[in-house]
Amino acid sequence: MDLHVVAPLASPAERDAVDAVLSPLIGPPASGWHGGVRDSKADGHIARGGHEARSHRDLLIPALHGIQARVGFISQPALAYVCRRLSVPPAEAYGVATFYALFATTPRPPLVAHVCDDIACRLAGAEDVCSDLGRSLGPAGQPTRDGRATWLRSPCLGQCERAPAALFTSAGESPTSFAVAPIDAAGIVARFDAPRIEAVGPVAAPTPDDRLAVARRSVPQAGDDGLRILARIGRIDPLSLDDYRRHGGYEALARAIALGPERVISEVTDAKLVGRGGAAFPTGRKWAAVAAQITRPHYLVCNADESEPGTFKDRALLEDDPFATVEAMTIAGFATGAERGYLYIRGEYPLAEARVTAAIGAARAAGLLGPDALGSGVSFDIEIRRGAGAYICGEETALFESIEGKRGEPRNKPPFPVEVGLFGKPTTVNNVETLANIPAIVLEGGAAFAAIGTDGSTGPKLFCLSGNVERPGIYEVPFGVTLRELLDLGGGVRTGRTIQAILLGGAAGVFVGPEALDTPLTFEGTRAIGATLGSGVVMVFDDTADLVGTLRRIAAFFRDESCGQCVPCRVGSVRQEEILARLAAGRPRGSAADELALLRDVGQAMRDASICGLGQTASSAIESAFRQPGMMSL
Amino acid sequence: MSIDPILFEPPARPSHPPEAPLAAEVGAVELTIDGRAVSVPAGSTILEACRAEGIDTPTLCYLESLTPVNVCRVCVVEVAGARVLAPACSRKVEPGMEVMTDSERVRHSRKLVLELLGSSVDVGLAGPQAPDGSIAAYTERYRADPTRFGPSANPAAADERDAREAGHHHAAVGEPTAATVGQPVKIDNELYVRDYSKCILCYKCVEACGVDAQNTFAIAVAGRGFDARISTEWNVGLPDSACVYCGNCIGVCPTGALMFRSEHEMREAGTWDESAQTMTDTICPYCGVGCTLSLHVQDNDIVKVTSPMDSSVTDGHLCIKGRFGFQFVQNRGPG
Repeated sequence: MDLHVVAPLASPAERDAVDAVLSPLIGPPASGWHGGVRDSKADGHIARGGHEARSHRDLLIPALHGIQARVGFISQPALAYVCRRLSVPPAEAYGVATFYALFATTPRPPLVAHVCDDIACRLAGAEDVCSDLGRSLGPAGQPTRDGRATWLRSPCLGQCERAPAALFTSAGESPTSFAVAPIDAAGIVARFDAPRIEAVGPVAAPTPDDRLAVARRSVPQAGDDGLRILARIGRIDPLSLDDYRRHGGYEALARAIALGPERVISEVTDAKLVGRGGAAFPTGRKWAAVAAQITRPHYLVCNADESEPGTFKDRALLEDDPFATVEAMTIAGFATGAERGYLYIRGEYPLAEARVTAAIGAARAAGLLGPDALGSGVSFDIEIRRGAGAYICGEETALFESIEGKRGEPRNKPPFPVEVGLFGKPTTVNNVETLANIPAIVLEGGAAFAAIGTDGSTGPKLFCLSGNVERPGIYEVPFGVTLRELLDLGGGVRTGRTIQAILLGGAAGVFVGPEALDTPLTFEGTRAIGATLGSGVVMVFDDTADLVGTLRRIAAFFRDESCGQCVPCRVGSVRQEEILARLAAGRPRGSAADELALLRDVGQAMRDASICGLGQTASSAIESAFRQPGMMSL
Repeated sequence: MSIDPILFEPPARPSHPPEAPLAAEVGAVELTIDGRAVSVPAGSTILEACRAEGIDTPTLCYLESLTPVNVCRVCVVEVAGARVLAPACSRKVEPGMEVMTDSERVRHSRKLVLELLGSSVDVGLAGPQAPDGSIAAYTERYRADPTRFGPSANPAAADERDAREAGHHHAAVGEPTAATVGQPVKIDNELYVRDYSKCILCYKCVEACGVDAQNTFAIAVAGRGFDARISTEWNVGLPDSACVYCGNCIGVCPTGALMFRSEHEMREAGTWDESAQTMTDTICPYCGVGCTLSLHVQDNDIVKVTSPMDSSVTDGHLCIKGRFGFQFVQNRGPG
């Protein structure tokens, strides 16, 4: 490809930032055509580039992360250098860089606080945090007086149990990134004022003594007996492979290899396990479909792009029991005939990423990943890919596009990923929690797993309880407990308060009223009341909560997170936000009933005609709130 | 020094020319569309099946010569048993499929797509790609009323939309107006203008600039959501970009967002009059490829050059010389 690159030459720091990512993987620039030093003898008469250079397109986003972390924003010369190294046209690379919210394409101070103002954090006073910051630091996005720092509003950071939260990113020679929750404006300012941003060792695990206490801040049941998915949380050192093996780790992989792929798939099918990411597709059927594909290679993708507002279960699993995901991915890869797995983790989860990176390294060193896993001749390895601030990349086909180094725009289905997935090959995509159930199914058999829960919803389930409850956090219960029982586990609403509404399934979910408290939390139980379990979000709004503001935040969320590809979602999400704003301001066009009819019209078109699940559910929660008698008074 | 003998002994010529490979057998697929039993070749799209049946299906982002991107969603149809509607332009027919092209849900979504576009984009020149009409005809057919969302908000300042960052929009505060993509026309060269107030983001220009025709990759979609836009790298002007001025983006643009500068200036001056124009096909004089040129002539001046979409040589695409190199024809100065 004859690239037209006009930007000025990249500075040494910019080249270093890119080369630090790319050179270990594809070597240094081979010639002037690839951004290296021009050599008239070597380069003068031979055009380089072509298919081989273009085949590294999937490294574009890792390279952009390298620039963002080192330079603080994606500069024009740095992007041009990446384009040369990977043979990517600059216009396309610019399109990719401007798609992701964690990449800035204009100069930005090195230190940024991404302050969550999403629905759970709003309930915990995030708007106050933002207005305090506005007073002390200036408007969002404006550099502080010394130019070192700035703050930005952010969608859900997945720290809802400890809301309000902020994610700090510090660019420079030793970049760092970490989340702090709960935090207030003074806490954010204090970190800005510190002589250097504290080097929170994200990998360093707590000592055995306070491990359980730390884990219980997110998982109140940690350490309890009888837990299955959460059994090791708070009990083991998440960085110790030995500790993991002492607690039953890697027994399932050995068993799976003994059983063989077909038998593993039949056990998963018998378990009636369905996906825990929100779509609830039968896992066994998905695995069998991929395993049966003649086309090779097959890929496995673990979807850890947990971005549904109110969801934080996958974060806890990856932070406190990372080897479990690594082992389960290995089993899934073995069963479906994949030799390469990708773990796509959202960019807002630096601690989880660090822990799972360490776990993959330890597993590889111990021969549990690689060309001969467990000495059985099974070849499987895992590559981590970090998202860059795009909810849409949790949609499986958008996730493929993102791994391939493109804008996270969903593909039309069919063809489905089991036939045409990542890099156009048959691909299994599983959520972290789905995979967390695999070892138990392999060890105990599908029938034993299917005996847990109800007929239509088998196994244990994690719920992300947040909002106005005494003890928010991740709770593991067998399918079938009622909403009331789950709330009781979390201590119920604060004393003296009553429940106004409960959001099931997140921003793409459904609001229910207190009359739904006796609904069993199963797929069939929630379906019966027109609700959804989604990704397991249960967010409680007490009588003091501002529901109108919450709906407007949800509408703004979808307006921001729509990829922009299809008309119903791109424009419909804007119109939805405008209608809600007019209603909230008491200035409807026509009557309020007219506006609600218009809202429903837009909602139906988004639901029916959007390409992907984002647009199809963008009106779900908002419309449900207006359907509940008496919930919204406008 | 040895010389490769191949230079002196060419391989023997075959005694007869190679035969063309046998055409693959294409089976037929039986399905029903609007209750009618239909049989079409396997691999056809629903849109192709509809057109074969004479069912008028609106399209905006679809073009025969480009890979379907199915983003405008105006062609959606209902497939029995499916949870959501399917884009006719890219969905392949399947045996036994029951397709409804005029159901309540289809009419609703098509109407809303037209309203959402009509309320956010200047679609005044959009849509003549479909055989029988413009977006206005479909707007009437589906009783779409783009004004339902309120009067248009003020257009953005030049380059303001190009600077918007993903994930950080200014939330609506309850104003009575509807946001639009309105902005000034980008005029930065002598050959063509870009009026993104008219852009419905159909991706056709990006496809034509990329692998579907030109392989230049001067433009791509940048930004996200409602702020997504067609952009050169870093929004540089076309002269600084990778653009080679083939004009194939103009050729595929369904809304007039991309336009010959000559046409744009005549429209601004109020002198553009298609009824007074003639169209003459000729062959491009510049090279040996033999592209068909359609010269649009008004008042004895060439005002625009296109190539027929069904030309087997061009598929409607040209290069800078064929598309813009016509000035010498009308150089009527002395000498």
